[in-house]
Amino acid sequence: MSVLVDSGSRVLIQGLGSAGKFHAATMVEYGTKVVAAAHPGKGGTHWEGIPLFNSVQRAVESTGADVSLIFVPAPGAADAILEAAGAGVRLAVCITEGIPILDMLRVKHALPGTGMTLIGPNCPGIITPGETKVGIMPGPIHKRGSIGVLSRSGTLTYEAVDQLTRSGLGQSTCIGLGGDPIKGLDFIDGLDLFEKDPQTQGVVLIGEIGGQAEEDAAAWIEQNMSKPVVAFIAGTTAPPGRRMGHAGAIVAGGKGTAAQKMQALDGAGVAVTKNPARIGELMRERLGGK
Amino acid sequence: MKIHEFQAKEILSRYGVVIPRGQLAETPEQAVQRAEKIGGDQLVVKAQIHAGGRGKGGGVKVVHGPREAGEAAGRMLGVPLVTRQTGPGGRVVRRVLVEEGLPIKRELYAGLVLDRTSATVTLIMSASGGMEIEEVAARDPGKILRERISPLTGLMPHQVRRLGYELGLDKPQVAKAVVCLTGMYKALIEMDASLIEINPLVVTSTGELVALDAKMSFDDNALYRHPELVELRDLDEEDPAEVEASKHDLSYIHLDGNIGCMVNGAGLAMATMDIIKLCGGEPANFLDVGGGTDAGRVEAAFKIILTDKNVRAVLVNIFGGIVRCDVIAEGVVAAIEQVGINVPLVVRLQGTLVERGREILKSSGLNIIPVESMQEAAEAVVEAARSAS
Repeated sequence: MSVLVDSGSRVLIQGLGSAGKFHAATMVEYGTKVVAAAHPGKGGTHWEGIPLFNSVQRAVESTGADVSLIFVPAPGAADAILEAAGAGVRLAVCITEGIPILDMLRVKHALPGTGMTLIGPNCPGIITPGETKVGIMPGPIHKRGSIGVLSRSGTLTYEAVDQLTRSGLGQSTCIGLGGDPIKGLDFIDGLDLFEKDPQTQGVVLIGEIGGQAEEDAAAWIEQNMSKPVVAFIAGTTAPPGRRMGHAGAIVAGGKGTAAQKMQALDGAGVAVTKNPARIGELMRERLGGK
Repeated sequence: MKIHEFQAKEILSRYGVVIPRGQLAETPEQAVQRAEKIGGDQLVVKAQIHAGGRGKGGGVKVVHGPREAGEAAGRMLGVPLVTRQTGPGGRVVRRVLVEEGLPIKRELYAGLVLDRTSATVTLIMSASGGMEIEEVAARDPGKILRERISPLTGLMPHQVRRLGYELGLDKPQVAKAVVCLTGMYKALIEMDASLIEINPLVVTSTGELVALDAKMSFDDNALYRHPELVELRDLDEEDPAEVEASKHDLSYIHLDGNIGCMVNGAGLAMATMDIIKLCGGEPANFLDVGGGTDAGRVEAAFKIILTDKNVRAVLVNIFGGIVRCDVIAEGVVAAIEQVGINVPLVVRLQGTLVERGREILKSSGLNIIPVESMQEAAEAVVEAARSAS
């Protein structure tokens, strides 16, 4: 078992530019079933054996794709997400960075009722180790296992996964939620999925400054989570009022500090570490003590 | 992206927000002329810098007549203004806004902000105009009124009416508030603003609603569709190193410590700063070299980090995911040979083809302290900075 994606997932690529091509190739190498790409104007042709379609609708009808991975550049990304939703895709993963906030706000309000789950944007994607990789993360650091990973960051997620793998802890599924202020799947959605997934025995949550998703997650964990959660919040040393790379990573108006988030999670029984190098060890300790 | 008060007011006035009559001056003589033109006995001279807290810092002066306006402008112009948002160095004032003084009856707060949880633009109002909304929120959260705005309908008149009557405005004032706030919302949507604050929004003794101060920030991700806004960017208000970094697509923020950091990924960059601090050091910067790291960007990043004279040691922390460690190692070596680096350099590489990357660093003969884990990296760089100080 895993969450959201597994070896049966049939993946479609939207945005087959140089990044899309590069990652499509590494995904195929990993074992992901990349069954189609939507490329307006190139319908009917093939790239590396993958059939291209003029619309997502056509791609879905012809290949049974149920997951879409989006690399479409920022100005067209909102359109691409909604095209996937309209075509009946079950899960869209949007890698694109730099989408205008108001575009995402409209997308967020248009999605309910379509039945599509969105991961991202501005995220590394989702991987179920040993089965399928729908994203840009390095496959080899992952290992099949029982830890769920949820994160707002990219390379920091790789760091955490690497620590888990080195500690002998494999992962059920790792989900990069993305660094933007308005996004699809959030911590609570992910925690709920992992709580219900029989394979998952514990969850690593990697948050960062800005917003209050971690505080909301803490309240949810306290009420609903039976599995151990280990957390790290990046940005303890970040100055207020400055955007730390990610559009969503900013302490504004005294809100969204790492200290507040760590306190909330700690209060909910989450094992919180201030040291990003101890994420793997801490999960080991947590599981060992159970 | 932030803009100046006078620019925000100019934009908002195009959307039906009433602003005081005012003009910009760059010299005391101009300030006198502007004051003469505006007329009236009471005038206000306001320093134009991006930081808040200008009033308490002496950047806002109520004056009587053109002569005093010129004197006030003379004291502000060319001098750094220190507020609690500028840091101890302050910001040099290059322009002042000379405005008519208004007979103020009440001061309100009106803001449009992005609420992430509800994924809406939210209208916030309070009766405590002039105070920062964060302060009101901390002291008396019940006094803050909110309306979530549906992106489908935009801000509806009934939403403004409700808040207006809650705040004790009379019927004609509420009608003016509807014009003012729906205009403000339209400005936000059309210009991709991420924040608009009118603080204070004053009720004058004649019952007018006037934006006495205004602040607008714009979504950097949407600037590509607003070339007219890019013109309003004031590079004097930004850290020169940060401006240089943005030219290379590097995300850099200058801090007060002495350990330079170069990291790929924003989250890992923040975590690297955090672990340095945890080990007793102080980071000199946040720097995300991004995903597509190559030799050119690494070189630009080194140059920017080393312009900070406080830097006593540098930590490079790269988790090679898609980017291979051998490519990064070659980039680091090439950059060091190009830039020349005379402080200790700790390099931590992890991920794809890490062994080959480490081998390249080792065989370069350069003075690099190689480490394997984040913990070792932080300890090594803190120690190096301490011995170099």
